[in-house]
Amino acid sequence: MIGAPAIRKEGRAKVLGSTCYTDDMSAEGALHGATVRSQIPRGILKGIHFGEGIPWNEFVIVTAADIPGKNRVASIVHDQPFLVGIGEEITHPEQPVVLLAHGDRQLLVKARKAVRLEVEELPAVLDLQSSLDLTQVIYGTNNLLKEIHIRKGEPDSVWSQAAHVIEGEYRTGAQEQMYLEPNAMLAVTERGDPNAQVTVYGSLQCPYYVHGALKQLFDLPDDQVRVIALEMGGAFGGKEDYPSVIAGHAALLSWKSGKPVKLVYDREEDLVCTTKRHPSRTRIKTAFDTEGKFLALEIDFVLDGGAYATMSPVVLSRGALHSTSVYCCPNVHIHARAAATNTPPSGAFRGFGAPQSLFAMERHMDVCATQMGMDPVELRRKNFLKIGDSTATGQIIQENLDLGGLMDRVLKEIGYHDKQKAFAAHNATDDPIKRGVAFSVFMHGCGFTGSGEATMASVAGVEGLADGSVSVLAASTEMGQGKNTVFSQIVAEALKLPVDMVNTAIVDTKYVPNSGPTVGSRTTMIVGKLLEDAAYGLKQSLIQHGFLKEPYSPEAFKEAVQKAHARLGSIKSYAQFHKQPHIVWDDASYRGDAYPTFSWACYAAEIAVDTVTFEVKVEDFVAAQEVGRVVNPVLAAGQIEGGVAQGIGWGLWEDVVSNQGRMVNNQMTNYIIPTSADLPRIRVIFLENPHPAGPGGAKGIGELPMDGPAPALLNALQNALGPLRLDEVPMTPERLLTRYEEVYGG
Amino acid sequence: MRSYLPDFDLQVPDSLGEALALLTQELGQYRPFAGGTDLMVLLNAGLLPAARFLDLSRCQELRGIQETSTHLSFGALTTFTEVRDCKAVHQHFPNLVKSARLTGALAIQNRGTLGGNIANASPAADTPPSLLAYGTEVELISLRGTRRVAYEAFHQGYKKMDLAPDELLQRIIIPKPLGRTFHFYRKVGTRQAQAISKICLAACARIENGTVAEFRIGLGSVAPVPARARNAEAVILGKPLEALPIEEAQLALLADISPIDDIRSSAHYRRVVSQKVLGQMLRELSQSSF
Ligand SMILES: Cc1cc2nc3c(=O)[nH]c(=O)nc-3n(C[C@H](O)[C@H](O)[C@H](O)COP(=O)(O)OP(=O)(O)OC[C@H]3O[C@@H](n4cnc5c(N)ncnc54)[C@H](O)[C@@H]3O)c2cc1C
Repeated sequence: MIGAPAIRKEGRAKVLGSTCYTDDMSAEGALHGATVRSQIPRGILKGIHFGEGIPWNEFVIVTAADIPGKNRVASIVHDQPFLVGIGEEITHPEQPVVLLAHGDRQLLVKARKAVRLEVEELPAVLDLQSSLDLTQVIYGTNNLLKEIHIRKGEPDSVWSQAAHVIEGEYRTGAQEQMYLEPNAMLAVTERGDPNAQVTVYGSLQCPYYVHGALKQLFDLPDDQVRVIALEMGGAFGGKEDYPSVIAGHAALLSWKSGKPVKLVYDREEDLVCTTKRHPSRTRIKTAFDTEGKFLALEIDFVLDGGAYATMSPVVLSRGALHSTSVYCCPNVHIHARAAATNTPPSGAFRGFGAPQSLFAMERHMDVCATQMGMDPVELRRKNFLKIGDSTATGQIIQENLDLGGLMDRVLKEIGYHDKQKAFAAHNATDDPIKRGVAFSVFMHGCGFTGSGEATMASVAGVEGLADGSVSVLAASTEMGQGKNTVFSQIVAEALKLPVDMVNTAIVDTKYVPNSGPTVGSRTTMIVGKLLEDAAYGLKQSLIQHGFLKEPYSPEAFKEAVQKAHARLGSIKSYAQFHKQPHIVWDDASYRGDAYPTFSWACYAAEIAVDTVTFEVKVEDFVAAQEVGRVVNPVLAAGQIEGGVAQGIGWGLWEDVVSNQGRMVNNQMTNYIIPTSADLPRIRVIFLENPHPAGPGGAKGIGELPMDGPAPALLNALQNALGPLRLDEVPMTPERLLTRYEEVYGG
Repeated sequence: MRSYLPDFDLQVPDSLGEALALLTQELGQYRPFAGGTDLMVLLNAGLLPAARFLDLSRCQELRGIQETSTHLSFGALTTFTEVRDCKAVHQHFPNLVKSARLTGALAIQNRGTLGGNIANASPAADTPPSLLAYGTEVELISLRGTRRVAYEAFHQGYKKMDLAPDELLQRIIIPKPLGRTFHFYRKVGTRQAQAISKICLAACARIENGTVAEFRIGLGSVAPVPARARNAEAVILGKPLEALPIEEAQLALLADISPIDDIRSSAHYRRVVSQKVLGQMLRELSQSSF
């Protein structure tokens, strides 16, 4: 079953249009909710005024004063209020202040516009540099949401003796996840001690994050809060932390009104207020010896976290841990900071900090190669990590890693050396179209960073049902990535059953254990491994109790489960994540094994840039990766193609334009994601090298494809146009023109 | 998915006469509604103050492409798909075919109309540059009668048109280019499809005895209205193909445009790239074989 292109479990319903998304749900007597937002980046809320012409007595109105529990969104740091109360500080322009609900949506829109906030404005910090400069102190004592140092060796002892010291600065912009289905929640609540109950149905990645947030908001115990994850139209990290806020809002309206309340964002609202990829600035200083081998690396990595911490501490951590890319360097100092600004909080997005720091490093490698007069291929080859080497945190590479072989495979596939020659000749002619080909090499850590998995100690299980089939019990959600199918394949493989005898249970916190959030390329590898163990457990107990004998046919297994179920009522088997003894991590010093393992990749891009318009066309793209083992080749290729498309969009077009901290291009017309007409054929290659930490040897792949495209594209632009200041993504035609004029004049 | 469901009133008159009567009776009350591809975007976003619409779909008089020996005449309701499907348009107005093909994507092309593209009065619309390059006239109709206006005089300022509240745009009339002609169209959008223009340039030249005898350039997205590039045209007019003063024309173009910074692009990019596209067009013109 592992390795087979099993058909998507929920594919048929999606194709037929019968899938039920949150907005398709109807509840008897449900009201619609709406959110009144702060609209100014910083100030003190002095009052709330309800304007004329609106029948306010018909409305459910919720303010911070109505909150039964704690007015803080449960997260890594409990710093974000659900609603700003009177006398409290507004810290970004999309901050929720008042919630309204009514049965008539038209009236609701009019009412939202009729609420006026009285605010004493304060000077705001709207960009990263002002935050670092402490032009205003807006968060803690130093505006820092998190700071990390990673040290290895002594870089300061090296600079003066190095043959080459090369510095660079690189920037990346915010990026919107642009899931097809905007954020949506339906809340149903019952008041009254001791049986109060808060239930939400919604589009969310992490049911237990929402569960935790609601418990704290309503001050209720575990079993009085229930979260059901419905089918999701995409998420990409965008439904990791913000759903806790929306679920809280819908539940507060429902709590106050006693009716079900549906809170569904339209595209414009979703774009302005929900989390985006953290903008970044990376400064790199590198020392090489005469041969081009790394002597020292100093990296100053800064993220713009927006107004609250949300996921910033862990995004920063992953970014810092990937900032040295796939190279071995004896002396390293990484200084990473996430700084606060008065803008809507940044959050999780596929890649989680790694695309930002990898863009800087993989771009810097080509800059260094040019400055030292070396071939970027050979410069990388000299410095690749290999078995026995240690990373910046001192993690020893245990796998038989052949990054040179991976790189050569990709270069051959795209015809790198021949094309470089041909393009050099072509680019010397007066054809305004200039061509380039280049690549990036990178990795992505699988699962949570450091001790994250051990601390979380996720649980997942399998259940034998009355009809003899097997159900997967996990809180991991399906967002289009194929979790339902892949989990079923893993369990089917462990039990030697056809995949249609295994299905995934509805993700309802009342029934499924906390298998952790559906993030961090951890679902297949980490949760999948738990399911493999749980499946073996189920089989063992069927055997031990005499229901089953090996070897068995699927039919015999089915009968065994039916019998066991009839006899015992319920048969479930769970497995829990345990810290692997050989994996050691120290959070205080940031030393040890940052990830159980990494997926490794090399991506190559061929581009054509029109020097009349500075439009860039991606002509060819090869994406090769070593991912342990491919569980489902069709779904895996889909993940890579989609991720590459998102990476190309981030590299070339996707630009969040803000004014006073507010996104102003909050429509699909003006926030430019690529269409199929903008993308090349993406050629996907998988190399397999099974890893013991994952089911059947599988590692994580979800985020990996987001990391490689941007640096490969900008390196290819350098190949086409010469050494311009290609230091930023998205490298829009407007920016490229400016860079071109810096070198070639206006 | 939409949180805003505005109240609105839609009238569907059975004929053009009835439509004009409604427009006249309640002057300024109705907003004509053709394909709706501009209006629906505003309506959805809650940005449309108008709440009363006049659906033109049954006004047969506003449909169809008619050909005479000297002209093609397009009903205001002609869709982009109809433009793309019409042989005579391919033969005489290749720029118009390109504008239609590069508008939105297929669904929009099936529904969006030439009349709507003009009367929406967006400086970024994609057919106006072609219409300007071809010396188009528009025919307007009201109960008072019909009148014709040179299209280049139709747009009078940002979103201001020579269109009275009781008038509808009836037809778009384009003279067939005579003799040897050169056609050029380039849209520089934000992406390859479903894109709004950042710059759009269309040109049509008539060549006589190796010199440029007639020349019109239409520009989009670089001025408050779709605009002719009269200064650049003047530099080129009458010049022999082998010695076109390209750089001089590029300089002259600066007097024809007044680009701005907005969320789609910068004034600088629009200025430089429209000069470069002009240069590309003139190089193609000078290398064309006649
Ligand atoms: C996804 C998308 C992509 C798009 N891409 C492009 C593009 O690439 N290029 C481009 O140029 N446009 C584009 N548009 C805009 C739009 O499709 C065009 O402007 C189209 O031509 C409008 O025609 P319509 O018939 O739909 O106009 P409508 O929306 O019906 O009307 C537009 C305006 O014209 C007025 N009007 C219409 N007909 C008449 C008439 N006969 N007399 C008087 N007034 C009239 C209406 O009152 C309204 O003010 C796009 C729109 C969308 C939604």
